Amino acid sequence: MIGRLVPVILFLALGVLLAVGLKIADHKTEIPSPLIGKQMPEFTLPVLGQPEVMVSHEELIGTPFLLNVWASWCVTCRVEHPVIEELARSGLIRVVGLNYRDEEADAQAWLARFGNPYALNIADITGRTAIDFGVYAAPESFLVDPEGNIVFKQIGAVTPEVIEEEIVPRVREWGKGP
Amino acid sequence: MLPELGQIALIGALLISLTMGTLPLIGASNGNQKLMRVGQTGAIAQFFLIAFSFVILTWAFVVQDFSVEYVARNSNSLLPMQYRFSAVWGSHEGSLLLWELILCLWTFAVAIFSKKLPDDFRARTLAVLGWISAGFLLFVIFTSNPFGRLIPQAVDGLDLNPLLQDPGLIIHPPMLYMGYVGFSVSFAFAVAALLGQQVTREWVRWSRPWTHVAWAFLTLGIALGSWWAYYELGWGGWWFWDPVENASFMPWIIGTALIHSQAVTEKRGTFRNWTLILAITAFSLCLLGTFLVRSGVLTSVHAFASDPTRGVFILTYLVVVVGGSLLLFAIRAPGMVQGSNFAGLSRETLILLNNLLLVVMAAMVLTGTLYPLLLDALDAGKISVGPPYFGTLFALLLIPLAVLLPFGFYARWQEDSLKRLLGELRVPAFAALVGGVATYFLLPTAGGWGVAGVAGAFWIMASCLRYYRERMTANPGQRPGRGETGMIIAHFGVGLFLVGASLTNPVSSEKHLRMVAGDSFELAGYNFVFEGTRGVRGPNYVADEGEFIVYKSGKRVTSLYPQKRRYSNGQVMTEAALDPGLTRDLYVGLGEALNEQGTAWAVRLYHKPFIRFIWIGALLMMAGGFLAATDRRYRRPVSQKAETRPTDANLAEAPA
Amino acid sequence: MTPTRKRRLIAVVLILAGVGVASTIAFYSLQENLLYFQSPSELAQQPIPAGRQFRLGGLVKPGSVERQGESLTTQFVVTDGPEEVTVEYVGTLPDLFREGQGVIARGALDDSGLFAASEVLAKHDENYMPPEVADALKESGHVSMQSKDEG
Repeated sequence: MIGRLVPVILFLALGVLLAVGLKIADHKTEIPSPLIGKQMPEFTLPVLGQPEVMVSHEELIGTPFLLNVWASWCVTCRVEHPVIEELARSGLIRVVGLNYRDEEADAQAWLARFGNPYALNIADITGRTAIDFGVYAAPESFLVDPEGNIVFKQIGAVTPEVIEEEIVPRVREWGKGP
Repeated sequence: MLPELGQIALIGALLISLTMGTLPLIGASNGNQKLMRVGQTGAIAQFFLIAFSFVILTWAFVVQDFSVEYVARNSNSLLPMQYRFSAVWGSHEGSLLLWELILCLWTFAVAIFSKKLPDDFRARTLAVLGWISAGFLLFVIFTSNPFGRLIPQAVDGLDLNPLLQDPGLIIHPPMLYMGYVGFSVSFAFAVAALLGQQVTREWVRWSRPWTHVAWAFLTLGIALGSWWAYYELGWGGWWFWDPVENASFMPWIIGTALIHSQAVTEKRGTFRNWTLILAITAFSLCLLGTFLVRSGVLTSVHAFASDPTRGVFILTYLVVVVGGSLLLFAIRAPGMVQGSNFAGLSRETLILLNNLLLVVMAAMVLTGTLYPLLLDALDAGKISVGPPYFGTLFALLLIPLAVLLPFGFYARWQEDSLKRLLGELRVPAFAALVGGVATYFLLPTAGGWGVAGVAGAFWIMASCLRYYRERMTANPGQRPGRGETGMIIAHFGVGLFLVGASLTNPVSSEKHLRMVAGDSFELAGYNFVFEGTRGVRGPNYVADEGEFIVYKSGKRVTSLYPQKRRYSNGQVMTEAALDPGLTRDLYVGLGEALNEQGTAWAVRLYHKPFIRFIWIGALLMMAGGFLAATDRRYRRPVSQKAETRPTDANLAEAPA
Repeated sequence: MTPTRKRRLIAVVLILAGVGVASTIAFYSLQENLLYFQSPSELAQQPIPAGRQFRLGGLVKPGSVERQGESLTTQFVVTDGPEEVTVEYVGTLPDLFREGQGVIARGALDDSGLFAASEVLAKHDENYMPPEVADALKESGHVSMQSKDEG
């Protein structure tokens, strides 16, 4: 009988390993973000639609925000958008949009069509700033604390679970939104 | 409207599969015919609902309904019609629906072709298949619904990944899944036998043809994948020990061991527990493979988009199905069979050795595939295991396997003499010597492994031919049936595969270089002349097409037109040009333009001898498997008696 | 001991020995073929000696890709934000290789701190749409809309 239990035991050990692997995969990125805990990269970018108005990273320090990297050509962003809208509507935290390698007209049209929940939208036409943030593709989001440090990076769409598990707890630590 | 109907069909199928999973089990345990029959009606109903669902998804692709998010992600208005069909399984959600469809197809087949099985056994088998289906449907409906809408709908789709826009990718996944999912049938048979305590020789006889067919399809699927990777990826390789490849190879190895173990159990009554465990393990590895490639646990250039939430679901499913069946095995597995002992030198021993070697091989591949995960879990760093680990170990294990193979052929059941066996093997040994020596002198670059591989291959092939000839000259009543002929063909295929696998890497030549129009380069006796490039258009791409003319000894052999394509979604892809041949392939790939004008190009030239042998060998294995499944003895009516002890009458069944 | 028992014992010993040998070879081979994965930042914190093979992963820094004349040698910089490593590769680059795109290079550092890559891989995730798609998608969108109008 004991001999016959060997396969089950071996398998359960394997199951444990795989479960641990999943936990890791949950937070794993192919290239782990080295920016967590550090100040967000420096940048000075124009506001979307108002190219003469520049915003620098320093101006964003003080109140926490979620930097949401999006673009009009990004299909997944469209899927993510209602979640972002809900987040902004809840007042939990302000959402700043980083319009990534997009054309202004397309970006404005997209916002007009799908809604604009962003407290502010800055345009990164060349994508240089996004590279500094370590952005691979869209959508990606960065949670920035009141001191301007990146505390969390979401690769891919923000989901209600991500908000519940990653954003809400951290915001509660700092006190409420905008 | 239609996509919503597809979704409803999925839910309907789920309800049916749950019913199929429970009622027949109850019926089997108290002999209620009506409840048992629910298994069959359920199988038929489920199949039609899932087929309907699949057709709806296909239709959405064909008419390019970009309001369905899955279609928008995987298709494009310029996508040619044939790829609209294969785009259905282009990524996660659709490929899962294909998995489910094929599972229902197999279940349907079991329901239809099992009239001769005892009712309770059939009921239990279908019930197990019903549970497997239910789990998958839950997964699809709750985490991977292909019918989700994209509102507002996309103007145009993202396009199917250009790597998948290829005839090979049209048939590779369906064939692979036919094999992969097909092992669920031997699994269901094993669990049903354990549940009903009917682990008999008859049980094995019933499950053998199903196992053969599944194994043959899996062989085909893997061979197609290898062939596709070779010509599509453009780097001349045919196997990369990538986690996704390993995920399909491990079940194949265990499936091979299973077939051998079933042979012994059917003919001799022993190895019952081996057969049970192998049947459970084969399908478990299939589920494990599905988990590995979709959960994000392993990184691979092949893997689907990683999604840990999906991973949790599959892992739970895996633990329930595999853990449950292994537990059932621990509790219900039959005790040792009295009698039917076998000597140290006998067919049984050789097959046992064969299975041990195969299990070690599978364990080795599994270890290498999961090791990065283990180290990551222990926080010991992010690593990957290089292909040489797999390659070297695989080659080392192949040596005893290849050497012992002909012994297995000729050895008698129960007891044999070494002297007699060695006598039979004189001719194959001589053939091996000839093969090895010929390779050594004719192909100096083959190296030690090449020579040994060819010698081993000749050893195997010669014994197959000799064995076949002997058996064909026996008395008419004792000539080999399809089962035996299939076996011989399959083993011959192993030999052929071995020739290709041993020779192609050491003996191939390749060259990466810069070429302008008019340049030529001589590789392995072939002269490649570059005539320049021109622009061409395809249905959803534009390309630079190069022209290469190949000469040998002054005579023109072929013209090759490799392309560098730019698809409508921006993705760039190389389409290598191939001149296939039985003894060698010639292969040219365009790299990138090295100057602004596009007159100088980075080019890859390849001469690959014997590479076709690999796939032809695999196809022979597949053919042998299919042929063996059609053996008449599997269609004999089945006795309702419980376990028969081996008697002299049974022993006489075995050949030679 | 009866002959059968003796035979069984020999068999068990042989099998255990075989498994032992196989495991040892396997373990040794595994250790020999482990490739560690580092990002540029990790490399900066824990340097790897020159000549040791490993895999370097990051993004290709835009503007850093340089082909040397018309040879097959390409140099580019791999970055993960804060840190960078210069990579040199001789051969044809994979199709998905692009500036600003993720890449994994296998090779070793040479004495000058340059990473000599023997293999370069770029991965495309089905969910993730890299920005390259931008222009082409818009272009094709326009093209197909036009043809629909004309048709």
